[in-house]
Formats: sequence, structure tokens, C-alpha cells
Amino acid sequence: MQSNDYTMNLRRDVFQAIADPTRRAILLLLASQSMTAGAIAANFDTARPTVSKHLQILTECELLQQEQQGREIYYHLNAQKMKDIADFIEPFRRMWDERFDRLESVMKNLQTPK
Amino acid sequence: MERKTQVHAETGRQELLITRQFNLPFELLFRAHTEPDLVAQWMGTKVLKLEAARHGSWQFETSDAQGNVVFRANGVFHEFEPNRKITRTFEMENSPFAVQLEFLEFEALSADTSRLSMHIIFKSVALRDQLLQMPFAAGLNMAHDRLEKTAGRLLPPIS
Repeated sequence: MQSNDYTMNLRRDVFQAIADPTRRAILLLLASQSMTAGAIAANFDTARPTVSKHLQILTECELLQQEQQGREIYYHLNAQKMKDIADFIEPFRRMWDERFDRLESVMKNLQTPK
Repeated sequence: MERKTQVHAETGRQELLITRQFNLPFELLFRAHTEPDLVAQWMGTKVLKLEAARHGSWQFETSDAQGNVVFRANGVFHEFEPNRKITRTFEMENSPFAVQLEFLEFEALSADTSRLSMHIIFKSVALRDQLLQMPFAAGLNMAHDRLEKTAGRLLPPIS
């Protein structure tokens, strides 16, 4: 999958943001530490401006936060926003869980008729 | 706590994997997917048609308490291997959602336990994510409340 992030009119949607493999790799990289743009870029073969663009998108949709430390800007994960993504499938999961609970009840009842 | 029903939705992919272990022999788990009366009970919907066989079709309909149809879905069976496998399509009528392809696999874990894997393929990543986000269960849940009352009367409590 390639990224067409240079189209500035791209909707800055969280799920669109994480649909890109490089951006997912960046999020993983930042899971346990804050890093500067340079340090992040050093992990990719991608050109530095492209990595910057990814960082910009991730920051715009609030998955990353910037923090100034002296002369350097460090990027770190926005834990709350990441949690929002994890919660995103929960209502769907719960719906199936309830359905399957009912399936189990209905069938158990068949299994042991009065 | 281990969640009984697991949903894997990898980002950027137009598919979903739903898995669930049941305290049921796999024959009963399979039967729950093929008999109209049983499907109606656990899906909380009216089953208009369910031809559980290769090339057969199905149609579900759910109404609100006033009797207005709030949800209708249909599809066809492509593969049908008793106690093992069902491949079917699922399409919500009057909705922006494209038809989806569902692969159901039934597996015995022991004499009394079984597992269902549902692999669902969507037309696009965007449609999958949209489906996950929308409160689409609402249509089904309206009928669900009534169903629980009915089922509560009919079924003895589960021990």
C-alpha cells in the first residue's frame, strides 16, 4: 500500500491515519519511548520529508503529541487517542458476544429438554 | 478475563475475524445456524426464508414495537458442508453497505465444546470501518427486548 499523503485535502481521520503501514510502524516505534523526528526517520528507508509528513498527519489527528525539550521536539503517543481506537470495535464485539450467549442458551435448552 | 468472543480487525484491511468458543457440541452449534426457529431466537430477528443448502437463500427482517420494518437483510449460501462450513453472502437492504462475504467454520474442541470462526470480507476498508462504527445493532436490538421477554417466558432458566 502506498501513501498519497501529499493531497492536502485528505480527511484527517484517525482511521485513515492508521491505515498507512509506515504510520502504523511509527506508532509502534513510539509505543515505549519519545523520539525526535530525526531519530524516527533513521528507522525508515523512506525520505526524511516523507517521514515528516507522516508525523504531521499523526499529530494533526492527535495520535501523536509534540513536546519541546531544549532545542529538540520529541514526539510521543497520545495514550487516550490510542485507547479510542482500541475501543472502536468494542460495541461490535459486545453485540456478537450477546448474540452468541443467546445462541448458547437457546441450544443448551434444546439439548436438555424438560 | 478472557473474552469469549474475539473480534480481530486489523487496520487497513477489508476483513474481520470473529471467533467464539461455545459450551456446545459442534453439531448443535451448526444447527443453530440452519434452523429458522433457532436462528430467529438468537439473532433476534424474524426469519423470512432460510434455505440452508448450497445455492439456497435467506432473508431476515426485524420490526420495531409498532411493527415498522427497521432492518432487512438477505444473502445466499455458496458452500454448505454440514457441521463444518458455511460460506454465504450478507447484504443489508436499503443501506449504503455493499454485500459482504462470510466464511463460517465450525470446529469441535471436545465432546461438549466447539468453536466458530467467522471471516467476513468487505468491499472496502472504509465500508468495514463504517460498519464497525455505526450503531447498526439498534435495528436488531429493538426487537431483541421483546424477544428476551418472550424467550424468558418460554425457556426455563439456564443452569
